[in-house]
Amino acid sequence: MAYPKELKYTKEHEWVRVEDATGDIGTIGITDHAQQALGDIVFVELPKPGADITAGKSFGTVESVKAVSELYAPVSGSVTAVNEELNTTPEKINREPHTAWMLKVKIKDKGELASLLSAGDYEKFVAEEGK
Amino acid sequence: MKKATTHISQNEGLIFEKSSPGKRGYKLPPLDVPAVTAAKALGNAARADLGNMPEVSEIEIIRHFTRISTWNYGVDTGMYPLGSCTMKYNARVNEAAARIEGLANAHPYQPERLSQGALRVMKTLADCLLDITGQDAITLQPAAGAHGEMTGILLIRAYLQSKGNPRKKILIPDSAHGTNPATAAICGYAVENLKSNAGGMVDVPSLVAQMNEDVAGLMLTNPNTLGIFEQEIHKIADILHAKGGLLYMDGANMNALVGKTRPGDFGVDVMHLNLHKTFSTPHGGGGPGSGPVACKKHLEPFLPAPLVVEKKDGTLGFDYDRPRSIGRVRAWYGNFGMHVRALAYILANGPDGLRMTTEDAVLNANYIRKQLEGVYELPYSTPSMHEVVFSDRKQTAKGLKTGDIAKRLIDYGFHPYTVSFPLIVHGALMIEPTESESKEELDLFVDAMRDIARECEKDPDLILSAPHTTRLSRLDEVQAARKPILRWKPTSKGAAE
Repeated sequence: MAYPKELKYTKEHEWVRVEDATGDIGTIGITDHAQQALGDIVFVELPKPGADITAGKSFGTVESVKAVSELYAPVSGSVTAVNEELNTTPEKINREPHTAWMLKVKIKDKGELASLLSAGDYEKFVAEEGK
Repeated sequence: MKKATTHISQNEGLIFEKSSPGKRGYKLPPLDVPAVTAAKALGNAARADLGNMPEVSEIEIIRHFTRISTWNYGVDTGMYPLGSCTMKYNARVNEAAARIEGLANAHPYQPERLSQGALRVMKTLADCLLDITGQDAITLQPAAGAHGEMTGILLIRAYLQSKGNPRKKILIPDSAHGTNPATAAICGYAVENLKSNAGGMVDVPSLVAQMNEDVAGLMLTNPNTLGIFEQEIHKIADILHAKGGLLYMDGANMNALVGKTRPGDFGVDVMHLNLHKTFSTPHGGGGPGSGPVACKKHLEPFLPAPLVVEKKDGTLGFDYDRPRSIGRVRAWYGNFGMHVRALAYILANGPDGLRMTTEDAVLNANYIRKQLEGVYELPYSTPSMHEVVFSDRKQTAKGLKTGDIAKRLIDYGFHPYTVSFPLIVHGALMIEPTESESKEELDLFVDAMRDIARECEKDPDLILSAPHTTRLSRLDEVQAARKPILRWKPTSKGAAE
């Protein structure tokens, strides 16, 4: 699966998409590499709307048949929406990792986006990590 | 296939489904006392309808439970190479000792003067464990490993608190057991991940960079979950101590150290032992476990009360006068039956026997490593101790993963190894034979693993659909986790009532 160019990536395998004109809202999910490494996802634990998340810190967990893993925030901000659909159909993350979003956040500091990886750099990072 | 399989394929339903109205498994003699009506004696509590109680005959009950007992797999039926769990033989002599009448029937409220034998068991075990670990003081209370971890971290917290600041963080290597971060979090600490180096050990420069006055301690398993001895353990301890932190050792892998080296001598401040791993008490199927916590002198004042102590007149008693104690962590004195079994194991082996046990455990793991190296990828070339971790990389080329190989191993009559752990290895196969296995059994295991590797090349579908010789074949683990069915429901109204 190709990594979409419009997303920004973390080394912990999350992505963020900034789509609205103002650039205030970021949508967050996990990458195709992450879902492959985790295997079949059975449960996702996410913060509630209104909660604050901090770049680089854990904002929730994702559980697969193999293990429970932490989710790390790509940017800081306050949660405006949570994808409730994942409560009943967590397999969407396995099927469409780059569209099955987890959170929408009001970004606190747009400067943080600059330190994230581009699709090309992330792909290189994953290839390097797999060696 | 050289080895006979242990599974008997029988289609046995639930006992509820066998029920038919009016069948009975008992026959009572004629009533020779005045009859009492249940409603009169019990009022509203009397029940006429017993719901789903099965009605079956005696032989049906016996066959039902005998049949399902044959689906079990235990260390008494064959090798159980579940890495990190140390599934060793539970010697029958342990059971004989635990059934000695005075020990089996001892009551925790029995006066001390009538409990001298039981107290002597605890005191002798405590002394032996201190000798083995090189520590100064010990509590036998914790009920199992993770409970021991919690007790140990609470000791660290209490100690640092007494110095004025309990601190904020616990460092945990990325190869650690999942219970370690859970323990730190339960005890109110933030968890900070510490990465491993290319040799599979703690990366010392990272430790130096991450260690500061906010760090309460490091939780380290040694040998670690890759079966590798932390060769720089002294340096690791010094780095922590220099900044006022403490070193906790998860004793899950003590089976590689007993009689060879002592954590107390390489800088460990506090640690737990798993009597149900290293000291041969039953493991799995309810155990129960036992997780004594041993520590250095500076942590002793905080140990749970009571401790068994020798009094001036030479008799033993409980010391409850421990004002700085973290308090009780368990009712009574811990899982006493396990203390008896562990002591029986220690005394039956003696110091030289325990040392030989360690040597054999390490030898067995390295025999398997040598025999399977090249057949399965070895991600870390650092020498192995009591367990060896392979990766499924060679087999993933054919679409087969560690979990698939493990399922096929069941067909060969072995319990699977530990699957997908530690997480820092791609598709881990974690194999721990223990000292209990003979060369003959190890060879059967090696043959099975080689056969499976060949099958992965030639007939991947055979592996993907394994196991084939068990009562039920491949289960849908994903669906079981996503939509678990947690209780039996009758299929028809007749069966329900």
